[in-house]
Amino acid sequence: MIPRPKPERFRLRRTMIFMSAQKPGLIKDAYIYGVDSIMLDLEDAVAENQKDAARFSLYHALKTIDYGDTEVIVRINGLDTPHWQEDIRVCVAGGADGIRIAKCESANDVRTVEAAVEAAEREFGVEVGRTLLMAALESPKGILNAYEICAASDRMFGVAISGGDFRKCMQTTFQRDGIDMVTARGMMLMAARAAGIQCFDTVFTNLDDAEGFEAEVRQNKAMGFDGKSLINPKQIRLVHEVFAPTEKEVIQAEKIVRAYREQSAAGVGVFTVDGKMIDIAFIPGAERTLRLARACGMYEGDLV
Amino acid sequence: MKNAVGREIPDFLLVNGKEVYQGKNYMDGKYIQKASPRTRRYEKPQESKIVETLADALRQCGARDGMTFSFHHHLRDGDFVVNMVMKAAIEELGLKDLTIAATSLGNAHDPIADYIEQGKVIGIQTSGIRGRMGEVVSAGKLKTPAIIRSHGGRPRAIEGGEVHIDIAFVAAPTSDCVGNCRGIGGKSNCGSMGYAMTDAKYADHVVVVTDCLVDFPNMPASVEAIDVDAVVVVDSIGNPKKIASAAARISQNPRDLMMAENVAHVIASTPYFKEGFSFQTGVGGPSLAANLFLEKYMDERGIKMGWAIGGICGPMVELLKKGKVGKVIDVQDFDLDAVNSINQTPNHFEMSASQYANPANKGAFVNKLDFVVLAALEVDTDFNVNVLTGSDGVLRGAPGGHPDTAAGSKCCIIVTPLIRGRMATVCEHVVTVTTPGDCVDVVVTDYGIAVNPLRPDLIECLDKAGIKHVPIEELKEKAYSLVGRPDDLEWEDKVVAVLEARDGTILDVVRKIKPYTV
Amino acid sequence: MEILKPAMAGTLESSDAQVTVEPGEGGVTLELHSSVMNQYGRQIKATVLETLERLGVDNVRVTVVDKGALDCTLKARVECAVYRSCDMSQANIPWGGVIR
Repeated sequence: MIPRPKPERFRLRRTMIFMSAQKPGLIKDAYIYGVDSIMLDLEDAVAENQKDAARFSLYHALKTIDYGDTEVIVRINGLDTPHWQEDIRVCVAGGADGIRIAKCESANDVRTVEAAVEAAEREFGVEVGRTLLMAALESPKGILNAYEICAASDRMFGVAISGGDFRKCMQTTFQRDGIDMVTARGMMLMAARAAGIQCFDTVFTNLDDAEGFEAEVRQNKAMGFDGKSLINPKQIRLVHEVFAPTEKEVIQAEKIVRAYREQSAAGVGVFTVDGKMIDIAFIPGAERTLRLARACGMYEGDLV
Repeated sequence: MKNAVGREIPDFLLVNGKEVYQGKNYMDGKYIQKASPRTRRYEKPQESKIVETLADALRQCGARDGMTFSFHHHLRDGDFVVNMVMKAAIEELGLKDLTIAATSLGNAHDPIADYIEQGKVIGIQTSGIRGRMGEVVSAGKLKTPAIIRSHGGRPRAIEGGEVHIDIAFVAAPTSDCVGNCRGIGGKSNCGSMGYAMTDAKYADHVVVVTDCLVDFPNMPASVEAIDVDAVVVVDSIGNPKKIASAAARISQNPRDLMMAENVAHVIASTPYFKEGFSFQTGVGGPSLAANLFLEKYMDERGIKMGWAIGGICGPMVELLKKGKVGKVIDVQDFDLDAVNSINQTPNHFEMSASQYANPANKGAFVNKLDFVVLAALEVDTDFNVNVLTGSDGVLRGAPGGHPDTAAGSKCCIIVTPLIRGRMATVCEHVVTVTTPGDCVDVVVTDYGIAVNPLRPDLIECLDKAGIKHVPIEELKEKAYSLVGRPDDLEWEDKVVAVLEARDGTILDVVRKIKPYTV
Repeated sequence: MEILKPAMAGTLESSDAQVTVEPGEGGVTLELHSSVMNQYGRQIKATVLETLERLGVDNVRVTVVDKGALDCTLKARVECAVYRSCDMSQANIPWGGVIR
């Protein structure tokens, strides 16, 4: 049994890769790719008549495999299926870091899952509140209810959009400039920021279209996403590169954090760095940049 | 008697001057007496040496029971010739007690397994042994132990008379009516014919088998008419699709790319990586991808590769055409890009197996090689490599040029995933030693890099370049923690194969496996 | 647990194992085929028998076709096959109890 560290609500989640819970051969060394989160899937990747087998595989995969620093989330089946309750029991018993609620449409969905998670934590002697939650929005209703979903629980760490199902509902198809999803992405981002949680973009399924993938990833970064869902390890490298801060940004962030700490120790709350006015509002962003820089191997200092 | 890599070699093998392996360069400075074949004189002019069938050719060469026939493996998994010749010899001429001395045998040669079981073929000498043949030999059905040699060891053994070839069969993509052969210009092209050259010079009889007869003279000839007794024209010498694959594509697998990038980083950190350096690579996923990353370092430092050798494929030809490598010297071609380039693209030359890797001549190409990147089935904590037997103990691989390039090169890098399915690549003791640990310098896996303690100079290079590395024991423990510590294989006493080191001493033996039953 | 009817779990894909359980003839009978038989046969047998014992199954005929599955996969397949044979595999599994 590999004891897992306590899940962190706010951590680096640039890349979140889907893996079928039924493919142990692939799961056992997923972490060597350096992905931030692994999402073990009990939902679409598992055939209807194999849901039971997938749970047994999942339990043992959670208990025996060493994931290093990589987070482990499980995507459970929707609340409209007969599977979700047992899915939650096995996730909590196995010690998953978090649960991804597929097809989430309302705060009530989140609360329903949360109640079942808490019951499972009590049943299996897991610290109550340990298991985190995230919601996958896959329909217009889900997007419209995004804020209430994001704010529905202290366990919520993030929200993601699932493009495939969403585009079908919206009667559109993948567009290279992203116009098919821009409203949904924007609304979800706003909801996530207002509620103070992270936001992730959907998977890019055409593995042969490297240009299109890069364009979408750059747009994701420009819109302010925290990370992206992936379906293949060869997508990891580009996302980490694009989401890495530039050297200029890192140097700037270092200056800001260092200056702030010196100044506030001297009792000063507002000051200038390189001619720009800096106050405490800038610090979380600068510290986030440094943490990101450290994860990318760009920063080795001790400010964060 | 125990040899220098700690393997127990049965005394019954140490006869006629055969010694156990005693370390790298043991035979340096000793003398070798070269053998001479007994060949027929064809003084009377003949317009053509073409005979109707393989059976006719066999009869003309006086084929008898107990003979040794040789073959080359340039047609790889697409070869038809070995099977055709053995069928003619055994079924048409009714011969038995034959020995096959091939440069390598593989998946195309399953029918030979039947002849082994029937006792018609009693000896196998080869580099590679795979498929059904491997299983049958592992099960102890071959009358005499198979002899496994590297690409460099084989010409040494032939030149020194340890192997006497009665009839050499040379599959030739093109031949003229008197036996001048080339590896291009036909319908089953293989490019280089380097592995056939020693056989043609040292066998008593030579029969060329071709499916494309061309006008005389077929020049420049890789195998010359002056060495050829007979020419047989058949419908097809092999399946072109399996001889030379369509251009070898660089792997997209992120694991392979990650390891390849580390390999290139290691190479670039050594002092041998300078203008005019030399390089050889295999064709496995991570090995080939290393070419890509190496090119980046070459561009960054503004240096060019002086020369490359080995089995050659598309990506190396690309480098040649881009002017990033000075010369390519080729003993075997793996894909169509390489086949179409040899002797056509300026500075793409052919060489024989002896020029490539023979340790008993006055200096083969491997002696001047800077870097070689190789794969492995297993590597143990003494850095011994196994490329012959699976960890289930069954014969399924080939030393090839592995031991030769490892011994000759200044920096030998093994690149391999730490585990394959449930088989740990890095292990306590390899099942069979095919390349001794004192020739292996660096092991790059997807879980980390290990450097042989015999190379403190390389350890310093990696440290200076900030490349993390760990003791090889740590990689072994990681492997076992993932797949479980395997049980030791159990063996019967019978020796089914003898592994010769490149200098002719005995490196290891393979015994008959005792399978586990529930 | 009692094996009420034949049931199977797992596939023949690489790194997986296909486990079939059937009502026994008194005692535990194991038929094992594995792509890594010589190196791991003994350990696979031990894992399968230990899992059955943990589930309280003492009367079964089990067949395992292993393609290099790790212990965690073998356990999962044996457990799932046993629970399927009693039609109990869909809910209320004792995670952390006899499943561990």
